[in-house]
Amino acid sequence: MSSEVEKIERREGRGIVVRGDDIDTDRVIPARYMKSISFAGLEEFVFADARRAQDGTPKDHPFNEARFEGASILVVNKNFGCGSSREHAPQALMRWGIRAIVGESFAEIFAGNCTAIGLPAVTAAGDDVAALMDVVELDPASPVVVDLTAGKLTSRAGSAPITMPAGARGQLLDGSWDAMRTLLAARDEIERKAGSLPYPGNFPAR
Amino acid sequence: MGESLFNKVWDLHAVRELPTGQTQLFIGLHLVHEVTSPQGFQMLHDADLGVLCPERTFATVDHIVPTDTHARPLADGLAEQMLQALERNAKRHGIEFFDIGSGDQGIVHVIGPEQGLTQPGMTIACGDSHTSTHGAFGAVAFGIGTTQVRDVLATQCLALARPAVRRVEVDGPLGPGVYAKDVVLHVIRVLGIQGGVGYAYEFAGSTFDAMSMEERMTVCNMAIEGGARVGYVNPDETTFDFLRGRPHAPAGDDFENAIGWWRSMASDADAPYDDRVAIDARQIGPTVTWGINPGQSVGVDETLPALSEFPDGDRATAEEAYGHMGLRPGDKILGTKIDVAFIGSCTNSRLSDLREAARVVRGRSVAPGVRALVVPGSEAIKREAEQEGLHEVFRAAGFEWREAGCSMCLAMNPDKLVGNELCASSSNRNFKGRQGSPTGRTLLMSPAMVAAAAVGGRVADVRDL
Ligand code: SF4
Repeated sequence: MSSEVEKIERREGRGIVVRGDDIDTDRVIPARYMKSISFAGLEEFVFADARRAQDGTPKDHPFNEARFEGASILVVNKNFGCGSSREHAPQALMRWGIRAIVGESFAEIFAGNCTAIGLPAVTAAGDDVAALMDVVELDPASPVVVDLTAGKLTSRAGSAPITMPAGARGQLLDGSWDAMRTLLAARDEIERKAGSLPYPGNFPAR
Repeated sequence: MGESLFNKVWDLHAVRELPTGQTQLFIGLHLVHEVTSPQGFQMLHDADLGVLCPERTFATVDHIVPTDTHARPLADGLAEQMLQALERNAKRHGIEFFDIGSGDQGIVHVIGPEQGLTQPGMTIACGDSHTSTHGAFGAVAFGIGTTQVRDVLATQCLALARPAVRRVEVDGPLGPGVYAKDVVLHVIRVLGIQGGVGYAYEFAGSTFDAMSMEERMTVCNMAIEGGARVGYVNPDETTFDFLRGRPHAPAGDDFENAIGWWRSMASDADAPYDDRVAIDARQIGPTVTWGINPGQSVGVDETLPALSEFPDGDRATAEEAYGHMGLRPGDKILGTKIDVAFIGSCTNSRLSDLREAARVVRGRSVAPGVRALVVPGSEAIKREAEQEGLHEVFRAAGFEWREAGCSMCLAMNPDKLVGNELCASSSNRNFKGRQGSPTGRTLLMSPAMVAAAAVGGRVADVRDL
């Protein structure tokens, strides 16, 4: 864990496109690859079932394509990251090299997990996402810029507004996305709160 | 002007407002399991911190446990390693651990209520999306990721934005053969799998009022499948009766006093809501999913929808679903041949679920060629079911009777689909690959419907049995 505060204002890099709505976290990282007590090595299994047949032969998938190697801006459609709360999903993406995700919409727990690990997940309008997907596929070497300060996305397709929940955006911009230190700073208030809750009996031991 | 339970609980637990506009929210109860916690504990140790409130933290093991035998060491070395990590962490930090063999182990969302830990008016977090289950008691309960597990371990708090509250009113009696599972599948079908994003769902109305706690848990369990991180039912006599006498529930005078406080936390009659929807329970029949998300469902007597019936945005997913499932628009779901029948998971593995399934199975046999298993949600449920002789009913019919765990709900253990097997399942997710085979197929339905499918070898209408 870094004690340095990293402000995340802008991400720039090449794009990679994964099309489709409702891509759940089981698909981003199938459960059988979570059998570990660390996140190390998860990048190898990102989209595992979509990328490889059961006998191991590669299938057509953007994460297998040479032209997307080194990409850092993932572009997706609606409700990306629905389902399981597994942080393994954004961890696998980030360890693969993804530094920002642009999509039409995200599931809530997934978006929260992204923020907590400093991975901006920003939304853009359907038409803008479609245009971005097209230019990235056409010219994967062209740069994509996600500018959180300006609330703007820039690519060969032009410039488009992006949004994200105000609180999460604030956390990235002011460097409080790794929330533990911020939360712990209110230690006295936490203890007062714990003491003042009217919970009956407070979990009597058996 | 009154207030909703959600807002009362949120305000009560707010420690302070953060500069980002988020709330620093105190977490009254933290539940921990072996899959999403080891990295959280590691981060805690790396930061040289301890667990701030071990007395508010409880652990169990569920996802990776084999259900054929709980004997140690677990045959799978990685699973054993995960279990040992949790045992070490629990011991080191003084966290009560419902370990296998303790008599109290089980799926985290089953044992919280069973132990009386889950109580009205609380905030509850767990590194698991189905934490919404605990909302059945009038708690505000939600899933978090592993970094947030670390945050709760270290600070007993989370930084969160307050969601809006939608009252989902379902009124009317349920027809014969219609269960809580059908109600929640129907709600998701109507409101969409993304409809609840940004909302807490308050499930209200005469249908939920009439439900048992176990049924309410089934409903709240799947709030997240409708996109709502939180789902809850206001506490009432049914809630209090369930909690009375539970090991970790308040006892004696504490309990009587608790009832007063719990009642005061329920939504007021004039509480404002950000949104309201009304659903007529009479419209709900036994419901079965046919696709690759829990919103893709039909009544068991309906035919599968034509692609033209889907809004533009949903058509591609529907096409993908038909491709994966090997089903076609216009097909009847009734009569679809199944390979596996799974009764279990935090949605439907409680005693009442097993009783209903046993009622269907009694005196019948699992169809030839069908692999059928019943996996109780906890060691306690297994014991109670055996006292009633339910295991004999299932075994006599050809079901396997297993040890408690998540089992084939997500297949992080030896229970898995093979190849493109089609499974009638009482669990909560029909995502591609969810049950352990990338080409496996899942039809979600109530436990009674799974039992009916098991004996017929095909999707059946439980009302016809
Ligand atoms: S039973 Fe299934 S949904 Fe429930 S906690 Fe276990 S894996 Fe998750």
